[in-house]
Amino acid sequence: MQTLQALTQDAVSTLLLSPEEAEVDRVMTICNACRYCEGFCAVFPAMTRLLEFNKADIHYLANVCHNCGACLHSCQYAAPHEFDVNVPRALAAVRPLTYAEFAWPPALGRLYRRAGLTMALATAGGLALFLLLVLLINQGSWLHAPLAGNFYAIFPHNTLVLMFGTVFLYAIVALGFGVASFWRMLSPTEAPRAALGAAGLDAAGKALTLKYLDGGHGEGCNDEDDRYTPRRRVFHHLTFYGFVCCFIATSVATLYHYLLDYQAPYPVISVPVLFGIVGGIGLLIGPAGLLWLNLRRHPEHAVPQQRPMDLGFIALLMLVSATGLALLVWRDTGAMGLWLALHLGAVMAFFLTMPYGKFAHGVFRSAALLKSALDKRLDKRAGRVPTGA
Amino acid sequence: MLDVLVIGGGNAALCAALMAREAGAEVLLLESAPREWRGGNSMHTRNLRCMHDAPQDVLVDAYPEEEFWQDLLKVTGGRTNEELARIAIRASATCRGWMRRHGVRFQPSLSGTLHVARTNAFFMGGGKALVNAYYRSAQALGVRVRYGATVDRLELEGGRFRAAWLGNERIEARACVVASGGFESNREWLREAWGRNEAGEWPAENFLIRGTRFNRGVLLRDLLDQGADRIGDPTQFHSVAIDARAPLYDGGICTRIDCVSLGIVVNRQARRFYDEGEDFWPKRYAIWGRLVAQQPGQIGYSIIDAKAVGRFMPPVFRGERAGTIEELARRLGLDEAVFVRTVSDYNAACRVGHFDHEVLDDCHTEGLAPPKTHWARPLDTPPYYAYALRPGITFTYLGVRVDAQAAVHFGGEPSDNLFAAGEVMAGNILGQGYTAGVGMSIGTAFGRIAGAQAAAAALRQPAPAIA
Repeated sequence: MQTLQALTQDAVSTLLLSPEEAEVDRVMTICNACRYCEGFCAVFPAMTRLLEFNKADIHYLANVCHNCGACLHSCQYAAPHEFDVNVPRALAAVRPLTYAEFAWPPALGRLYRRAGLTMALATAGGLALFLLLVLLINQGSWLHAPLAGNFYAIFPHNTLVLMFGTVFLYAIVALGFGVASFWRMLSPTEAPRAALGAAGLDAAGKALTLKYLDGGHGEGCNDEDDRYTPRRRVFHHLTFYGFVCCFIATSVATLYHYLLDYQAPYPVISVPVLFGIVGGIGLLIGPAGLLWLNLRRHPEHAVPQQRPMDLGFIALLMLVSATGLALLVWRDTGAMGLWLALHLGAVMAFFLTMPYGKFAHGVFRSAALLKSALDKRLDKRAGRVPTGA
Repeated sequence: MLDVLVIGGGNAALCAALMAREAGAEVLLLESAPREWRGGNSMHTRNLRCMHDAPQDVLVDAYPEEEFWQDLLKVTGGRTNEELARIAIRASATCRGWMRRHGVRFQPSLSGTLHVARTNAFFMGGGKALVNAYYRSAQALGVRVRYGATVDRLELEGGRFRAAWLGNERIEARACVVASGGFESNREWLREAWGRNEAGEWPAENFLIRGTRFNRGVLLRDLLDQGADRIGDPTQFHSVAIDARAPLYDGGICTRIDCVSLGIVVNRQARRFYDEGEDFWPKRYAIWGRLVAQQPGQIGYSIIDAKAVGRFMPPVFRGERAGTIEELARRLGLDEAVFVRTVSDYNAACRVGHFDHEVLDDCHTEGLAPPKTHWARPLDTPPYYAYALRPGITFTYLGVRVDAQAAVHFGGEPSDNLFAAGEVMAGNILGQGYTAGVGMSIGTAFGRIAGAQAAAAALRQPAPAIA
């Protein structure tokens, strides 16, 4: 009897796939002949549209996957079965390749391979920069006379806008270029403009509710074993919506500044500060929960190489929210400058690494979900049924 | 003393353990497989055939009792027990609420399985997800579970269960449910049951086992040796034609070959041997294991051309591919001249009307023996593909005779504390043939009955009627 590896080897070699991509091809060929997991998420319905898996298909499937783990625990072909099917692990191993391959500029794609290190260096750099500035401005001291929360006395508003505006804009442009070329590879050639609106709404709904962390039955996803829990979905919601609240806080403050000429510091009972507090707390509890789950996760759900990227990102998010909340608490004391420097350093690191770290997963996954929603509509329109019917 | 001992770790055993525990019994479940292989053949299943008189959540239309019964009567050729069959059928209409309470989730039929959307409720994530849910529920309810615990023999006294023996360990219980499966992975027993054919071959040596390697029939043999009444023929089983390259055990669903009705099937002599288009594939797949088992070398070759690609479930292994019929014969090691003649005779006999794989269409052969009565189109569009087929056994039908209470019979008398469920008694209902999902209907119905009866016997209470 020939082994499955040997049988699929010749097919794979012709497609010029990397070992990680070839593993997805091997696994998906088995899954496509089984299909028991179709109800869990969008990966399997996407798979049933295909008979073979080329590079574009593989990267698409990898980014649709939310790594919920349900298909691994339900798999009759998981190890110790000789087929050793592990869909979450196979797809997780490809995702960093997607991020690296579609990074902009391309030369910086290799930062993903050392995303943990990238994150650490950016954080250290950001912190060092602002701490140094505080020392210089305060003539060699961490502390200063209390300034009643007026941080513009330390860093002038325009300096901050210039620094963060530039870096944020760069991050958006880099991510935009990256996901645009990813989309060019994925987008269905027959994509009708008319379907795009409805598909976009559908995909946005799926992304914003984390539909595919609900297990298909609404009970959630797997963490340490075959039990389904809503924990990961809840903590991710806290993280993401916490982030959104913080973003709203900053945006409202910017509008106040430029449109109303109403300048910081704002009182606690004000739109920017309230959003900041709520968001900051969400962004503290959410990543803490994700960290806790990450450490308890079934080891077979992912690849070890992914870990530094995940943990680095979680740590950075917590650093951003913790320093932000500390700044609020101590903004009337002489330590405001120190907390401000720590907070701004962390935020700077976050912005700098947005296009080259875990943050990118949301952007690439949204693009993949859009394709999934489009394909579903194309099939319906064409009256197509998946192969095998 | 323990109330109820459940021997086995698949669907029927878990149903029995859960029911007995719900009835208040202390329950110990012994699974002979290690934890990672737990669940027997249930982990390879995907659905439950369900009677229903009106649309029900994931089930469309209706599938009344009478239609289910007629389907069963047809596939078994009458080799069934109507009383027990109807018990399983009726239970299938109402058991899903209970299954859901224990964590099993259902979903509409999978892509490529529209033909069973009316009759079968699919488990979300398949049978292993069901098995996981039952084990979680059992654990939460306080059922004790031991893995890697193989019972060698039962200690019986006049048809009454006394204890189970695992090597030198003796486990006593007031009642026992045996749900330890058939003997399909006991290759020596299969060899002996099938014997030698006229060509001097031992056909069973070429069978592959689609399911667990742990169904070695140890307890089945022990029960029969100790005088339990026997039911069924040891050569009858649920068997389908699967890819010859499938692993010896646990190939499961993905190794099946679904393109038989789209082309032709030849044997080692390069000759056709059965009507490939007799009926819809889902209604015929269960006879092809036996058909291939009856061919020389227990091998067949399903041949299609490019027209069939994409019209059937994609196979797990790539087919042998060739640009010409001659080349395909060489690749398969078949007699080239005979194979070419078989294909050209078939091609010449095809009367192609309006091809439609969704209905019993009018494409058929004329003047060909055996005929192909539907979906007959000439093999004329390269590339050509071939898949070698072997009999893939799902489970065997030889078992112990039981009654409506799932009690094991000894000399025509029911035991008052020994019950059987699942494959070890499925032969009471399935004398031959198979229809998708009925194994789980039988296992669930009789697992639940056996568990309730065992608890009642142990606790000396009247058994409740099972809704």
